[in-house]
Amino acid sequence: MSSNNLYDFSKLTSSIHEWLLGMMSPNWVTFTELVLIGLLFLLFFALLGLFLVYLERKVCAIMQNRVGPNRVGKFGLFQTIADLIKLLIKELIPIRKSDAFLFNLAPFIVIIASLMAMAALPFAKGLQAIDFNIGVFYIMAVSSLGVVGILLAGWASNSKYSIIGAMRSGAQIVSYELSVGLSLMAIVVFSGSMQLSTIIESQANGWWIFKGHIPAFIAFVVFLIASTAEINRGPFDLAEAESELTAGFHTEYSGIKFAFFFLAEYINMFIVAALAATIFLGGWMPFHIGSWEGFNHIMDFIPPIVWFFLKTFFIIYLIMWFKWTFPRLRIDQLLTLEWKYLLPVSLVNIVFIAFLVLMGWHF
Amino acid sequence: MLNREELSKIILEFVPEAEIPEGTQLTEAIIPAEKLVELAGKLKSDKRTRFDYLISHTAVDFVTHFTAVYHLESTEFRHIIVLKVKITDRENAEINSLSGLYPTCEFFEREVFDLFGIKYKNHPNLKRLFLEDDYGFPLRKDFRDEVNMIER
Amino acid sequence: MSEEIRDVIIGESEDYIINIGPQHPSTHGVLRFEVCLKGETVKYLIPHIGYIHRGIEKMCEAITYPQIIHLTDRMDYLSAHINNEAVCLCVENALQVEVPERVKYIRTILAELNRLASHQLWWSAFGMDLGALTTFFYGLRDREKILDIFEESFGSRLLHSFVMPGGLMHDVHPNFQKRIKEFIVYFRKKLPEYDQLLTGNIIFQNRSKGVGLMSRETAIAYGVTGPSGRGSGWSCDIRKIAPYSAYDKVQFNEMLETDGDTFARYKVRMREMWESMNILEQLVDNIPEGDYTAKMKPIIKLPVGEYFQRVETARGELAVYIVSDGNKNPYRMKFRTPNFSNLFVMNTITSNYKIADLVAISGSLDLVIPDIDR
Repeated sequence: MSSNNLYDFSKLTSSIHEWLLGMMSPNWVTFTELVLIGLLFLLFFALLGLFLVYLERKVCAIMQNRVGPNRVGKFGLFQTIADLIKLLIKELIPIRKSDAFLFNLAPFIVIIASLMAMAALPFAKGLQAIDFNIGVFYIMAVSSLGVVGILLAGWASNSKYSIIGAMRSGAQIVSYELSVGLSLMAIVVFSGSMQLSTIIESQANGWWIFKGHIPAFIAFVVFLIASTAEINRGPFDLAEAESELTAGFHTEYSGIKFAFFFLAEYINMFIVAALAATIFLGGWMPFHIGSWEGFNHIMDFIPPIVWFFLKTFFIIYLIMWFKWTFPRLRIDQLLTLEWKYLLPVSLVNIVFIAFLVLMGWHF
Repeated sequence: MLNREELSKIILEFVPEAEIPEGTQLTEAIIPAEKLVELAGKLKSDKRTRFDYLISHTAVDFVTHFTAVYHLESTEFRHIIVLKVKITDRENAEINSLSGLYPTCEFFEREVFDLFGIKYKNHPNLKRLFLEDDYGFPLRKDFRDEVNMIER
Repeated sequence: MSEEIRDVIIGESEDYIINIGPQHPSTHGVLRFEVCLKGETVKYLIPHIGYIHRGIEKMCEAITYPQIIHLTDRMDYLSAHINNEAVCLCVENALQVEVPERVKYIRTILAELNRLASHQLWWSAFGMDLGALTTFFYGLRDREKILDIFEESFGSRLLHSFVMPGGLMHDVHPNFQKRIKEFIVYFRKKLPEYDQLLTGNIIFQNRSKGVGLMSRETAIAYGVTGPSGRGSGWSCDIRKIAPYSAYDKVQFNEMLETDGDTFARYKVRMREMWESMNILEQLVDNIPEGDYTAKMKPIIKLPVGEYFQRVETARGELAVYIVSDGNKNPYRMKFRTPNFSNLFVMNTITSNYKIADLVAISGSLDLVIPDIDR
C-alpha cells in the first residue's frame, strides 16, 4: 500500500540534470532548465486550452441534445485551432480615451497569474515544477493576482458596462477566496503540512475525501462551490452575463487579447480542478481499497499521471455540468451565499476537524 | 351586467347632452368635450357601473372633424361602453387627458398625438411615441407620402 | 417621465443612465430601455419604441379585408393564428355570416396549438435570459413538433395567414388529427422535464420569487391582460368572458395566481400549457365534417358602422376596432394589442429592483416588440 512501486519521475529529471551538468557550468544549467521548463509549460498551457475549449463545447452539446462541432477535422477536433486562427487575425480595435498601457497590460496579468499557479501542481511523482513547503498557500496567493487583471480590464475599457462587470467580478472573487482558503485548510489540518507532495503521500492509504469522512466531504462541497465562483463560471458568471451586460469586463477586447481572457478562464478551471483532485482526491495516487491486494495491484498498472488527469477531468466535467444546468445567481444572492452560508460552514468545519485530529477520529 | 337601456339612462343622468345612437354593436355615447373627464370619473366610481378598465383609446379622422373614441369595460360587471368626443378644430385639436384616471391612457394618448396630432391638456409627458419629431401626422386623411404610403 | 424630472434625479452623483437595447441579447426584439441606475438599483425606466413601426393601421386603410389578414400575422408573430382570427371574427360578425362548425373547431385547435408553441418559445427564452442555457434547446426541440404539423398542413412554419374571413383558406391535411394526437402524447411526457429543469431549481426560485410585484389594481390600471395579468389575480381571460369559436364547447380552467411576482406569472404560463393540451384533447377527435368556408362574396364590403371584437392571444387581449364606410377597405382599423399595454407597466414594477431583475421581469412579461409598434 505504499507508492514504492510507482514510477518516479525524479529519476528522469535527475538524469537530465546530470547530463546538463556534464556540459556546462551550474549557473548555465539552472538557466537552461528554467527555459526548458518554461517552454514545456507554455506548450502544455496552449494545448490544454485548446483541448478544454473543445471539451466544453462537446459537453455542452451533449447536455443540450445536440452534437457540437463535428466538421472541422475528425470529430471536430480542429475546431479550436480554427477559432484560434480567427481570433489571431482579428483587428485589435483601440479605444479612444482609454488608458492604453493598463488596457494592454490586463490580459497579461491574468495569464501570468494562471501560469504561476500551474507551476506548483504535482502531475505525477517527481513531476512538479516547484515543490514549496507552503505549496497550498502559494497557489492561493498567486491565483488571487487574477483579480487585479480583471479590475484593470474593466477600468481601462472606459465603458459603463465593463466597469460594472469588473466591480461585480472583483467583489465576487475577493469574497469567495475566503471559503476556498478555509476548505483547503481543512485538509491541511488533516495532513499536517502545506507541501503538496506531502499531502499526496499522506493519501497513500486512501484519499482524504474518504479518510476524512464527513468534514472532508463538506470541505469538498464548499471548495467546489467556492472555486466555481472564483473562476467566474457556472451559476456565478454574472460578470460576463451576456444577456445582461453584453460581455462584462472583456466587452471591449478583441482578437488575441480576448483570446487571453478566454484561455485564462479555462486554465483557471483546470488549476482549480487539479487542486481539488490533489487535495481531496489523492492527486496521482491510484484508487486503492483497503487491503484488496489484487485490486490495488491492477490499479497500480495505470500510470499515476493518467490517474491525475482522470481525476482532474472528472472535476472539470462536474464544473461544466453546473454551468449548463443552473440559471445565474444575482450579485446580492451570490454574496449572501458566501458571507452568510459558506463562510460560517467552513469555519465551523475547521474547528470540528481540528478537534477530530486531536482525538484521532479519522482514518 | 347592465344592458343598453340601463347604461343609456345612467349616461343621460350624468350628462344630459349626450347622444346615444341606435343600432350599434356596443352601447355608444357621444358627449361634448368638456364633460369627458367628469363623466369618466363618475363612471369609474359609480357603484352601478364601475368602469375601471380602459380597453383602448383611439381617434378616427372624418374629414371635417376628429372623433376620439374610448372603449371602457368593467371588470366587475363585464359591460362595455364606448365614449366618443368630436373635435372640430383640425388646426389646434385639443382634448382633456384621462391619464389621471387611467394610467394606461397616457400611452394611448401619446400614440394618438403621434399619429393624428391631437394634443392633450394635462398630459404628464406628451411626446411622440413611434415617429420622428418632424414627420407629420400619418393617420390623417390628408397625409401624403409619395415614397412610403400605399393608396386605395 | 419628462426631461425636468430626469435632470433633478441625475443631480445626485451616484446615478447613471444605461441603455439596454435596441440590439441586445435579452430584449426580445428591437426595444430600447433607458434605465437610470443608482449602483445596481433601478430608479426609473423609460422604454423607447418605434424601431419596427411599419404603419400597419395606415396600410389597412388601403387594402382589402383578405389582404389585411397577411398583415395581422406579422404583428404578434408568435400567435399569428389568433391575430388572424380576431379580424376574421370581426368581419364575420359585421356581415352576420355563420361559419360552419368544422371551421370553428379547426380555428380553436389552431389557436391552442399556437398558444402552446408561443409558451414553449417563451420558456426557452426566459430560461436563457436567466442563464440556464439548456432550456433554450429543450423548448425549441418540442416546438419543432408543432411547427412540423403546421408545415404539413399550411406550407409555412410561422406565419400562415390561413384563417380567412368566412372560414379557412383550404382544408387541413388528412394527417392533421393523427399528428396532433401523437404530439399530445409526446408532449405530456416532456412537460414534466421542464419543471424538473427550471421550476424546482432553488436558484431560479430565488431569482423570481418576490421580484417584480404587480398588484391587481396596477394590472387593471395599466391594462395588463393575459398571463401577466392573471398572475396578479385579475381574471381577464376573454375565452371565458366572451367565448368565441368553439370555446363554449370545451371545459377548461382559467389559471389564476395571486402573488403577482415573476414566479406567479411563470406558473400561470406553465399551467396554461397543460390546459391547452386538455382543450386540444377535447377537440381533436370531434372535428365535424363539413365545408371549410362559408359562402362569401368575392369582394367583402362591410356595411357602414363600427365593429369591435376581442380575442385572447398568448399574451393578452387583442381587440380589433373597424370603422367602415361601406367600401371594400376599412375606413379606420385599430388594433389594441396586448403587448402595448404590458410594456408600459415596466416602469412601475421595476422600480427599486436590481438590474439583473430587470431581465427576469421583462422576460416574465413576455413582450413581442412588433406587437407594440405595429
